[in-house]
Amino acid sequence: MEQLSSNLLLIAFILYLVSTFVFAGSISRKKYSTDKQLDRNKKWGKLGIAVSIIGFLFHLGYFITRWIASGHIPNSNLFEYMTLFSMAIVLAFIVIHFMYQLNVLGVIAMPVALLLIAYASVFPRDIQPLIPALQSNWLILHVSTVALAQGVLAISFVAGLLYLLRSVNQSEKSKQTFWLEVVLYSVLSVIAFILLTFGFRIAGYETVFHYIDRDGFEAEYVYELPALIGPNEGEIVSGKAFGPLISVPAIIDAGQLNTVIWSLLAGLALYLLLRLLLRKRIAAAIQPAFKNINLDLVDEISFRAIAIGFPLFSLGGLVFAMIWAQIAWTRFWGWDPKEVWALITFLFYAAYLHLRLSKGWHGTKSAWLAVIGFVIIIFNLVVVNLILVGLHSYA
Amino acid sequence: MKEILCECGHKNPYGTILCESCGKPFGEEEQSDEILNMRYEGSARRSQTYKRTLVDKVWNFFSSVKVGVWIIVILVVASAIGTLFPQEMYIPPGETASSYYKEQYGSIGELYYKLGFHNLYSSWWYIILLAALATSIIIASIDRFFPLYRSLKNQRVIRHDSFLKRQRIFGVTKTAKSDKVLTKAKEELEKKRYHVKEENGNLFAEKNRFSRWGAYVNHVGLIIFLIGAMLRYFPGMYVDEFIQLRDGETKAVPGTNGEYYITNNEFIVELYDEEDDKYQSAIQRTKDGVVVKNYQTNATLYKRVGEAIPGQEPKLKKVQDYPIRVNQPLKFDGFSLYQTSYKLNEFVSMSFDLERKSDNKKLGSFTIDLLNPKERYDLGDGYAVEILDYFPDFFFNEKGEPATRSKSPNNPAFIFKMFSPETPEGETSFVAIRQTLEPLGETQHRVSFSGVETTNTTVLTVRKDYTLWILAIGGAIFMIGVVQGMYWHHRRIWISSKENEVWFAAHTNKGWFGMKNEVDDIAEKVGLNKPIDRVQNENMQE
Repeated sequence: MEQLSSNLLLIAFILYLVSTFVFAGSISRKKYSTDKQLDRNKKWGKLGIAVSIIGFLFHLGYFITRWIASGHIPNSNLFEYMTLFSMAIVLAFIVIHFMYQLNVLGVIAMPVALLLIAYASVFPRDIQPLIPALQSNWLILHVSTVALAQGVLAISFVAGLLYLLRSVNQSEKSKQTFWLEVVLYSVLSVIAFILLTFGFRIAGYETVFHYIDRDGFEAEYVYELPALIGPNEGEIVSGKAFGPLISVPAIIDAGQLNTVIWSLLAGLALYLLLRLLLRKRIAAAIQPAFKNINLDLVDEISFRAIAIGFPLFSLGGLVFAMIWAQIAWTRFWGWDPKEVWALITFLFYAAYLHLRLSKGWHGTKSAWLAVIGFVIIIFNLVVVNLILVGLHSYA
Repeated sequence: MKEILCECGHKNPYGTILCESCGKPFGEEEQSDEILNMRYEGSARRSQTYKRTLVDKVWNFFSSVKVGVWIIVILVVASAIGTLFPQEMYIPPGETASSYYKEQYGSIGELYYKLGFHNLYSSWWYIILLAALATSIIIASIDRFFPLYRSLKNQRVIRHDSFLKRQRIFGVTKTAKSDKVLTKAKEELEKKRYHVKEENGNLFAEKNRFSRWGAYVNHVGLIIFLIGAMLRYFPGMYVDEFIQLRDGETKAVPGTNGEYYITNNEFIVELYDEEDDKYQSAIQRTKDGVVVKNYQTNATLYKRVGEAIPGQEPKLKKVQDYPIRVNQPLKFDGFSLYQTSYKLNEFVSMSFDLERKSDNKKLGSFTIDLLNPKERYDLGDGYAVEILDYFPDFFFNEKGEPATRSKSPNNPAFIFKMFSPETPEGETSFVAIRQTLEPLGETQHRVSFSGVETTNTTVLTVRKDYTLWILAIGGAIFMIGVVQGMYWHHRRIWISSKENEVWFAAHTNKGWFGMKNEVDDIAEKVGLNKPIDRVQNENMQE
């Protein structure tokens, strides 16, 4: 069953990849298209959404079979949560697509879901037994609602990004062009991270360090990437004897820092390579593909996604979370880092809604806020789980 | 301040920008032909009208959305800083904050501690920020709700021409058959669930006005929630105690005034089977190689019968048996008992033999209840052991004397006095685990350790919280308000027949794209020109 589940996820992954290209085929680059071209675009769009839906069904199949295999809802570790999150993004995309029929959304939304699945696969994929605190029906209610809410909020990011890709003036350098490149560079870094991790894993690369940990004890650290950054007083005991170039004090997780540096460097290499090939900013190079986007429409989609996602997030991320915390941890609120970051997410989107509805922040400002909101969500998902220690660090 | 009398005959409060009734713009607004600013219906908000006194200034400060957003931004940044390092309540037990942050995180950690960020969320300035947010929510809501409510209540069917013309969505269609158009329009609008009113060849259609109140409803919910949270600072609003019970032990539940008693029949820890194929790899990946499946206290709850009389055993009546597990607290009479901690294999009693050294003969044996030791154990035939001193958690203090760290029998030690027919004066011996000393000279007898009994202890948290229902009501009202405000849009359409023309104007508080689709659809069905969206037109010209 577990194998079947993995295979279904792989099929979903491939279908999402296909749908990305199909959606790319559905956008017209010409200012004025003939009826025939519009007809053709419509057909591609229909095919794209069909492939997405089939992919989603396979993804759902993965979810259900894994649920059966593990005996509990598969959202108890980082791998499972991220695959659920990406499923929520696809679901939100499909729903929004039926509301607004905007094919170009798929060109960004599907890759976001794809990247999340690939990123999730880097983490341990074993089926995990549930610790007592997680054995509750609130696990289903709390985590699924949060995943769905974040999926919808991710669509606001997608629409916001499209808005910026289309509208930011690329004929001259500005703060906006810079930050847009930063966003794209971050995406490249994630891709680089995934490629590196799987590349070295397939090659069987490993370096084992003995080092002195924070509490002054000797411990072991296994690196899966060549060690640029070594652990505190680290000594290679087995595996490849590369590096480290420098060592860091014990309060820093050297292995994670090493991975981050590798990802940033490789992302930079990818970025520079692309810049060299394109001979202009990446956002400038892809801008023509989006020139027929109706800015008002993507602006509204971005807002609408937040209007739908915000109440959902409040319900799942705060209300359900508090009820469960009261039952499992005896208190509804305890300032655990994950709780705080859920509050931050909530406050941020609350600020967004006030700025938009009362201060009239539409268009560009609103789009940037949608991008920042997604950064906060990803931060809460990745950094809080992996780096800030707390009750929620399960992975 | 005098009221503003509009040409339509409606009296508006001082400071009104658009007539509450017909929508005619006043003051500067009157001259322009830009799109009307429809925010809060151009009603007379206190904050926009009075700006002189100190009260006005404070009011205006807190009623500003800009200020509110800034408070949120500062809260966000502060909250994020608080997650950088663990808060004091999450540092390992036994560590002192003053040294912990420096040792673990170096000079940044020290600074963090010195700035008080280790208790950031209960710091005075964080509380003030929350209070400022609450004030802002209250004042901003009052400032907007009442004028808005008045405006929407007083709006009439026939609007001023300039009000219609200056809507964002507006269109004119030349037609001689305006009557027919209006009849058809009314039909179409009602099909789309608008409430339609008609007056002298004018139509006013409106739907989902209740969505406008969503913001205020959710703010009321938030305030109720914050009041509930604040109540926790008052003593007596909640009980937060804990209770330790050894297997088989019965104690009064703290916080219930001795009204309830609880027995721990048995405490259980269950682990996942590491041989289980399903979980094997995940279990092996963990640090200790074990994953706990269940923490459980098999408890029995009793209620006291009659009055409590000091010095007398209370009469108890069994209420229920209940397995208290994580996620499954025992609830009774507003109290909840949670499984929160435990201690395994704690010493409860120790058994000893009194022996004669010369021939190792056992002269008698006795068992000491470590929590309740007797002073003297008579072993018969003139043999006896007295406990001169008892150290439940023994260690040698700085002076080199035996002492105890706590009252828990973690490392018991005794000073015995041994009596026998041969030594009626008694001999003194010091006995600790794996250690026997004879401080007052060599003895003829010894007390030797023969066995120990252990037990498990469960730790239960006792909670009763009178604020929970307030928080629940606040949370529920907030959710209703948010959904009400976010999932519906307040849409209005005005259709007015003029000479040989029909005017068509529309407004929504948000979601213009959907509004435009609806408007276009209606216009087409009733045979009017598609109205123009003036904002989009401006965008196109850019």
